[in-house]
Amino acid sequence: MCGIAGFLDLPGPEPLKRQTLARMVAAIAHRGPDGHGALLKGRCGLAHTRLSIVDLAGGAQPMSDADGKIWLTFNGEIFNYVELRNELIARGFTFRTTSDTEVILQLYRHMGPALLGRLNGDFAFALWDETQQTLMLARDRMGVRPLFYAERDGMLVFASELPALLQAPGLDPEVDLVGLDQLFTTWAPLAPRTILRGVSELKPGHLLIAKPGHRSVRPYWTLRFPKAGEHASPAQPEALVEQLRALLDDATRIRLRADVPVGAYLSGGLDSSLTTALAAAQNGANLRTFSITFEDDEFDESPFQKVMSARLGTQHTALACTARDIAAALPDVVAHAGQPFLRTAPVPMYLLARGVRAAGLKVVLTGEGADEVFGGYDIFKEAKLRRFCARQPASARRPLLLQRLYPYLPRLQSQNPQFLRAFFASETDNLADPLYSHLPRFRSTARAKVFFSADVKRELAGYDALAELRESLPTEFADWHPLSQAQYLETIHLLPGYILCSQGDRMAMAHAVEGRFPFLDHRVVEFAAGLPPELKLNGLREKHILREVAKDLLPPSIGDRPKQPYRAPDAGVFVGPDASPELFETSRVGSGGLFDPVAVGRLAAKAARTPSLGFSDVTALAGVATTELWRRRYLAASQTSPKPAPLAVAALS
Amino acid sequence: MPSPTEITLRAFISENFIYGDDASAIDAHASLIDEGLIDSTGVLELVSFLEEKFGLQITDAEIVPENLGSVAAIVGFVDRKAARPLEAA
Repeated sequence: MCGIAGFLDLPGPEPLKRQTLARMVAAIAHRGPDGHGALLKGRCGLAHTRLSIVDLAGGAQPMSDADGKIWLTFNGEIFNYVELRNELIARGFTFRTTSDTEVILQLYRHMGPALLGRLNGDFAFALWDETQQTLMLARDRMGVRPLFYAERDGMLVFASELPALLQAPGLDPEVDLVGLDQLFTTWAPLAPRTILRGVSELKPGHLLIAKPGHRSVRPYWTLRFPKAGEHASPAQPEALVEQLRALLDDATRIRLRADVPVGAYLSGGLDSSLTTALAAAQNGANLRTFSITFEDDEFDESPFQKVMSARLGTQHTALACTARDIAAALPDVVAHAGQPFLRTAPVPMYLLARGVRAAGLKVVLTGEGADEVFGGYDIFKEAKLRRFCARQPASARRPLLLQRLYPYLPRLQSQNPQFLRAFFASETDNLADPLYSHLPRFRSTARAKVFFSADVKRELAGYDALAELRESLPTEFADWHPLSQAQYLETIHLLPGYILCSQGDRMAMAHAVEGRFPFLDHRVVEFAAGLPPELKLNGLREKHILREVAKDLLPPSIGDRPKQPYRAPDAGVFVGPDASPELFETSRVGSGGLFDPVAVGRLAAKAARTPSLGFSDVTALAGVATTELWRRRYLAASQTSPKPAPLAVAALS
Repeated sequence: MPSPTEITLRAFISENFIYGDDASAIDAHASLIDEGLIDSTGVLELVSFLEEKFGLQITDAEIVPENLGSVAAIVGFVDRKAARPLEAA
């Protein structure tokens, strides 16, 4: 696990190229504190910062094949590298190290870009084939590891994180207003677009090939669901439960491969309890687990964490997180996220990773992904209920079910059926709209755009982020079951665009901690996609089949526990006594040009006097605050670059 | 010419739900929910405002779109309630 960066055809003299590599390495130094390396080879520059986890002695990068013709800088883990290595040895390949890095190199020599289909892992890498004069960039199927790139005048620059990319000469940071509009509607820019103009994200499951005179980007893996009504018949659901258990066992087993100890996040919910139980079953005693606790019972899950850690005999560390901690860490969190976000939820994940690192661990298993893959989120139930209401517009009882969906939103409990119908737009939204499941969320998020400045609004006039999202959907989408459609939107867009970056990779790697996610093993993802919808959302019982698997592993108090969404203290962080007074200062907001300072001032004043702010207002508050922090950090003229450490750049002819 | 009730109401909507954009542009009969101006929390904010500003007591049964769904509906509701304060209690 590490950070990568580099370029192809960067113009300018060699010292400038070396300096660029050094600056990029400095910008991702936090991802790899155990070592770094860089290489300048003809047209290509490759850089790497290393967090050593597998083959501590032999895995230094950039690494080449024995002939020195193929070079690789690689971030991540190939979990099935042991099997692939054995297979290659049986075919006559020889290895100099026991690293997974060398497995990629040899597999490339064996089969070229088709190697990607053989990898089970979380990765982003750049491979330079000197003979073919070809650079290949690739990213894992689910988008666990990041990879951004930009092209200017024939030059190609890439890096694990946006700030590192900005170290390349000629890449002046400028906000992409369409990306900002998308983020303020759907929680993330629609990949490959990013928050920076002219900078792209390599989409999950894609590869980029840059040959002389020709560049292409294409997918090597796509998420697909069966047509509605054509799922495998669950004649024997028990057999499917057993198959899933075996898959999860194996997904966990290969994710415990490391030459350093592996810990686990334990939130007290079903997903992380399950991954921890599977890990404990394989790893035996001494598993270390970590969790966040909150003062406020509304967010806190510590009683469940205690139950699970006692049951599994783990050595548990609970880190208390207060609104003050969140306010204090917010600027650093935004800097690491590299883009704005609409929740405070990334901050506790940042603090948790810091605690893991302080305890001396570099690797943790987490339950991330189960909600997307097995239908756990409330939005899936909400969509099902809205369709249910729409079938009987006269029913006064059906809308009351929507209330029960959100027991943690007290203000929703006092609403009557007519308003509930109106809020969830069960009838007014077009049932045939491919985004039907997400329309209430997108609508209430998009209200935050009222705070854009007049200039920004003018610039974005006529632009419709949802139309673009609809356009981007595959043709088969229309034939899928509504649950599959909603899962697709979550898995393809929200998961890599928000969860795995702003709550995942960027927060953990800020402290050089690697997250591993058994539920995002592509075999698990593909298996789950093929399951009949009722084995995921059974009535209103979410993650049904996962709960069946959990019966043998977890106490009923955990296995049958309804989902508690992961939430953190919110509005008070931005306007409370711990908030920075500069955050919403009229002159600073005004000079930035992105938001209307008067409107923002009114929102901040309302937040300060209102004890419990509504969803849309909290979203807007967080969006404006993090966008402003991000702008001041990365776009303001006075921005400072990380100081590059002296870096030995190997220059090979 | 808008009534005093409507002027007060539009000022509240402007300040609290559209944060300064001109509330006079809202069609009096447009649904405040469909227009994306108020959400479930907003309705309760609106109820608190009406109770305080106009000295009303609003029962749960009265919190329905017919009474609170649009500017015109709210103005009509407030004026009816104000004219019959005893019945409202």
